[in-house]
Amino acid sequence: MSVQAQENRADLRPDGGPLLEAANVSKVFGGLVAVNDVSFIVPRGGIVSLIGPNGAGKTTFFNCMTGLYKPSTGRVYFDGRNITAKRPDLVTKAGVARTFQNIKLFRTMTAIENVQVGMHGQLRSRVTGMVLRTPFNRREEKAAYAKARELLNVVGLKRHNELAMNLAYGDQRRLEIARALGSEPKLLLLDEPTAGMNPQESDELRRLMEKLRAERGISVLLIEHDMRVVMGVSDRITVLDHGEKIAEGSPQEVRANPRVIEAYLGSQA
Amino acid sequence: MSTAVATLRTNATNLRRLLPNWVWGLIFIALAILYPYILDQLLAAPDDLLDASIYTLGLIIMALGLNIVVGFAGLLDLGYVAFYAIGAFVIGWLGSQQFPDVNGGKGIHILTPVKSAFGSDLPGIHVNFFLVIFIAAVFTAIWGVILGAPTLRLRGDYLAIVTLAFGEIVPRVFENSTSGIFGIGHTDFSNGRQGITPIDKINFPWTDTTFRYPLELKPVYYVGLAMVLLVIFLNIRLRDSRLGRAWIAVREDEVAAAAMGVNLVRTKLWAYALGAALGGFAGCFLGTYTNTVNVDQFEFGFSVFILSMVIIGGMGNIWGVILGAIALSMINRYVLKELNGVPEKFGLDFDVTSISFGLYGFFMLVMMVLRPEGLLPSGRRKLELHGEVDESDHIGAESDHELYEVRQQG
Repeated sequence: MSVQAQENRADLRPDGGPLLEAANVSKVFGGLVAVNDVSFIVPRGGIVSLIGPNGAGKTTFFNCMTGLYKPSTGRVYFDGRNITAKRPDLVTKAGVARTFQNIKLFRTMTAIENVQVGMHGQLRSRVTGMVLRTPFNRREEKAAYAKARELLNVVGLKRHNELAMNLAYGDQRRLEIARALGSEPKLLLLDEPTAGMNPQESDELRRLMEKLRAERGISVLLIEHDMRVVMGVSDRITVLDHGEKIAEGSPQEVRANPRVIEAYLGSQA
Repeated sequence: MSTAVATLRTNATNLRRLLPNWVWGLIFIALAILYPYILDQLLAAPDDLLDASIYTLGLIIMALGLNIVVGFAGLLDLGYVAFYAIGAFVIGWLGSQQFPDVNGGKGIHILTPVKSAFGSDLPGIHVNFFLVIFIAAVFTAIWGVILGAPTLRLRGDYLAIVTLAFGEIVPRVFENSTSGIFGIGHTDFSNGRQGITPIDKINFPWTDTTFRYPLELKPVYYVGLAMVLLVIFLNIRLRDSRLGRAWIAVREDEVAAAAMGVNLVRTKLWAYALGAALGGFAGCFLGTYTNTVNVDQFEFGFSVFILSMVIIGGMGNIWGVILGAIALSMINRYVLKELNGVPEKFGLDFDVTSISFGLYGFFMLVMMVLRPEGLLPSGRRKLELHGEVDESDHIGAESDHELYEVRQQG
């Protein structure tokens, strides 16, 4: 058997396993261990939260899973396939879409165009097709446009033709989610989506997550500081502190865990 | 003054809205077609202006090519002249007597006249111009990818320096290819500093009659115009496509674009390839029109010249870039020459043409101070440079631009 085939076999996991599995992932920057040997899973159809104090390594861990960073050690499996250190666009194509903690919209593009870029990997037109504007290309562009509008409606953004930079802060967050949905993900990674939102907007977002799961079967991995949102929406919570996993479990379990309380409130010596 | 400008702008917008876009398109095309005849009517000796206009057509194509790389994809390329050189050498090789020994000295003729106008034999390779332009486009596109690939990880200043180096290397390679190329073989590929001349005149594939420029300029003007229209069409289609969106996304935020499923390598290489292809396309045209392919044409200054067209016209806006190309090229080829005698009248002892780069520098400076977004900016660029952004709307959005602004305030 060729080495390639062996590798492929090793990469495959029995079907029905977790949607996302991170196995012993570490990330080291120089001498700093940002993420240390973290393992965790996102079950199919789950809403899982990653919490921890600032600088705990949550976003670094996110970046390791979406291909923006190469994990120093460890492996990441998505839907049974090894996606460790794959290029970000391939990870997205595999079905993982994300938003960013510091909003990273294409600021001079309209809301619709932003979502259309999110669909990039789903569109099949070739360069010759784009130039000649073949019937296939025309149909595809039309469908993409319609779908972009639909997604903007799903997240509740009304100003479809507004430039991203001119949108209000909450709307920019919404647009990031719509853009991520453009790639038809199975898993949505949201990095502090409610930062800067008022309580009402946070509630809307919570309902949106539940709606996406119910209607589209999209699982969610959430980094969040707003405990009301985290406790309300999550099936499971993983807590990171100083790059290490210190607790995992249901919201009730995590809330009662003394190590978590210590990490957040400091130890009472 | 700003109110006057604003009124002017609303008037212009109202005028534009008077007719649908395609009607305006037809009007401009009709004007371009009638242009040589209009010149005949207006000027006693229209050939100088028509000559400058034909040269301008070639430069419009180049500016539109560079606009794909710089304006759409945001990759600052300071060595665009390399693709002009490669395209020009393709027609030098496939449309001249540079290789007299091929086919036992009889030459190769593909849809071109076998004998010269005086009945003598034509050794060397002679391929019809309308085939050569597409061969050259493909060939330069391949070189665009080869030269683009090593720069993929670079951004901004570093990218500019590497492309600048390529712009210097390519002409030097040709200059030194008098005995084999890259040290392979012994064929003379370039005639060194003398360059390849004469270059075949254009002829239609179905006839052996070649065009008679520089004596008769109208036919070659129309060939150039057709090429420009083709390139504009290509540019518009690309801009409004999935690839065009990906280019702008990459320009705006590479990380976000990659995370949205945009293949950065492929997207950037397409920009390089298509930009280069247009450079080669135009290089062929200018090669045959100027009747020579000479390393002296491929100076760094040329890259800057084309880049200036893109910047002055309005990066990313097809119509702005065309306007910029027309303005700079016509100033260079026509206006400065016409003004040549002016300093003498004031008792000054210099030619205007000899200080042309100084004048460009001055224009550029004035433009950058008064209108950094160019004559006809793309809506996007204008917003980037003048956008009145409510900072409170962007608490988390820390692009370099904003950081820069914050630093200035702080």
